[in-house]
Amino acid sequence: MFSRLDYKYQRIIIIFLFLIIPLTFLVLFTYLPAINMISYSFTSWKGYGTKTFVGLQNYIDIFSNPDIFGAFKNSIYYFVGGIIQLILAFYLAVLVNSKLKGKNFFKSIFFFPYLINGVAISLMFLFFFQPEGTLDTIMKIFGLEKFITLWLGNENAVNYSLAFTSVWRYIGYSFIIFLGAMQSVSTEVLEAAEIDGAGEWHKIRYILVPSVKNIIKLNLILNISGAISVFEIPYIMTGGANGSSTFVIETMNTAFKFNQVGKASAMAVVVMFVVATVALIQNIFFKEEK
Amino acid sequence: MSEKDILKSKIRQIAWNILKYLSCILAAFIFILPILTIFLASFKGYEEFYESSKLALPKHLFNFSNYVTAFVDGGMLNGFKNTAIIMVISLAGTILMGAMVAFVLQRFDFKLKKLILLMYLFPMFLPMVTTQVATFQIVSKLGLYNTIWAPIILYLGADVMSIYIMMQFMESIPIANDEAAMLDGASYLYIFNKLILPLLKPAIATIIILRGVGIYNDFYTPFLYAPSQELGTVATSLYKFIGPYGGQWNVIAAGVILIMIPTAIVFIALQKYIYNGFVDGAVK
Repeated sequence: MFSRLDYKYQRIIIIFLFLIIPLTFLVLFTYLPAINMISYSFTSWKGYGTKTFVGLQNYIDIFSNPDIFGAFKNSIYYFVGGIIQLILAFYLAVLVNSKLKGKNFFKSIFFFPYLINGVAISLMFLFFFQPEGTLDTIMKIFGLEKFITLWLGNENAVNYSLAFTSVWRYIGYSFIIFLGAMQSVSTEVLEAAEIDGAGEWHKIRYILVPSVKNIIKLNLILNISGAISVFEIPYIMTGGANGSSTFVIETMNTAFKFNQVGKASAMAVVVMFVVATVALIQNIFFKEEK
Repeated sequence: MSEKDILKSKIRQIAWNILKYLSCILAAFIFILPILTIFLASFKGYEEFYESSKLALPKHLFNFSNYVTAFVDGGMLNGFKNTAIIMVISLAGTILMGAMVAFVLQRFDFKLKKLILLMYLFPMFLPMVTTQVATFQIVSKLGLYNTIWAPIILYLGADVMSIYIMMQFMESIPIANDEAAMLDGASYLYIFNKLILPLLKPAIATIIILRGVGIYNDFYTPFLYAPSQELGTVATSLYKFIGPYGGQWNVIAAGVILIMIPTAIVFIALQKYIYNGFVDGAVK
């Protein structure tokens, strides 16, 4: 019956039928929450009962609360970790892209951690860093006992341990993206460079770096939003204890532990604002490029 | 080039080779070590675990008792069941919805098209973890809280990436195909079902890989929206090990290995597609 209709009517029906459910979902689970969140952020709502308007009080509280500010500061560890991750991933990609025996073996070893479940990784490193755990055992073998500390208990060490875990988890992704870009450089170009007497360093500097320049830029910017929205690894490994809390952990606790939905919304709006600004800057950057 | 130069470049070449292999081996060691020690621990008995070195081989290499504990008592079996249900429904839905939206937006021109395209662009810049505070209220109001439908619906509603992958791919399917079928009197529904969908296979494979990994590994969605014991996914079931098995690292280790087994199997079987999937997904 449908096929007998004029294409013009068919088209209208298809447009409507094919979009109605996906668009409903999009509005219901993406736009509505974002809008609600902004409106909650000006109230002292507890998730139930009445919503009392409090103006900017939640925002003032956030920026004057040292705990929350401390959590914000912890993003720096992950941000720096993210930069180190990019550098190491680039180096590993250069190695795997060159003449190397066991190339496929190394490629899969370097990438696989990225696919592992985050809870499994967190538990694995809880085990790795625990007293008398893997790390301590290895350090003893190398005679480094005196440097052993409570990796997740010492306030001066915990954020480094967590950022390390995060680098371990995500480096495979940066690595595979870099490698993909490098492999799209034709081997002829590299061979020609070799014939002209270019050493490894020159090949990296003048051929490989330019091939991944845009990826580096994009990832440096994405790294900012990534560092602000860190949640899973510290939440599972330390629960935010010993000065390792992050802004999103604080937000989740404020909302779901302390039922301060209004204040938590304001915190989430702050994150959203930072991420949106970063995205905007990124877009401007890349538009200019073209 | 003089002989001296040739010698110099040879030495450089050798030094670079040594550095190269040393770096790769060291890196591989750092990636393997945490997994290896967990693997060893998973075969050890409770006392054996605390008495032996973390690097020591287990006494009985095929002591699977920890695995049985983790699988049955620890609820991992139930977790695998729930994860499988959630993945199958979400992936099927994501693929169908993604193809439908992409078809309409890529093939037709209509008034609200620009607005809808824009609506699908914005969420790319919004990390979902930030809006959970308000999403939670909506999920509760819909009566979906603490049901298996909560994560499914959220995976369907928040997935913009699949639509982009589908649209990218659909661009490469010539419209001439559609037009030829229309000359034969085929309906749009027929064109979508019989012409477009089968040709989208590579895009579907990419989405299954990217979203499949994402859903299998997701922790906070089921943790927040389906917290009850029976609804546990692999991730939340494993997370719950921290409480009751807090001291029994040998059992936790078995749970960690269990959750990695499907990932490892899929990775080994589909390696090439997985690399390509992630590289394509990132560029687009």
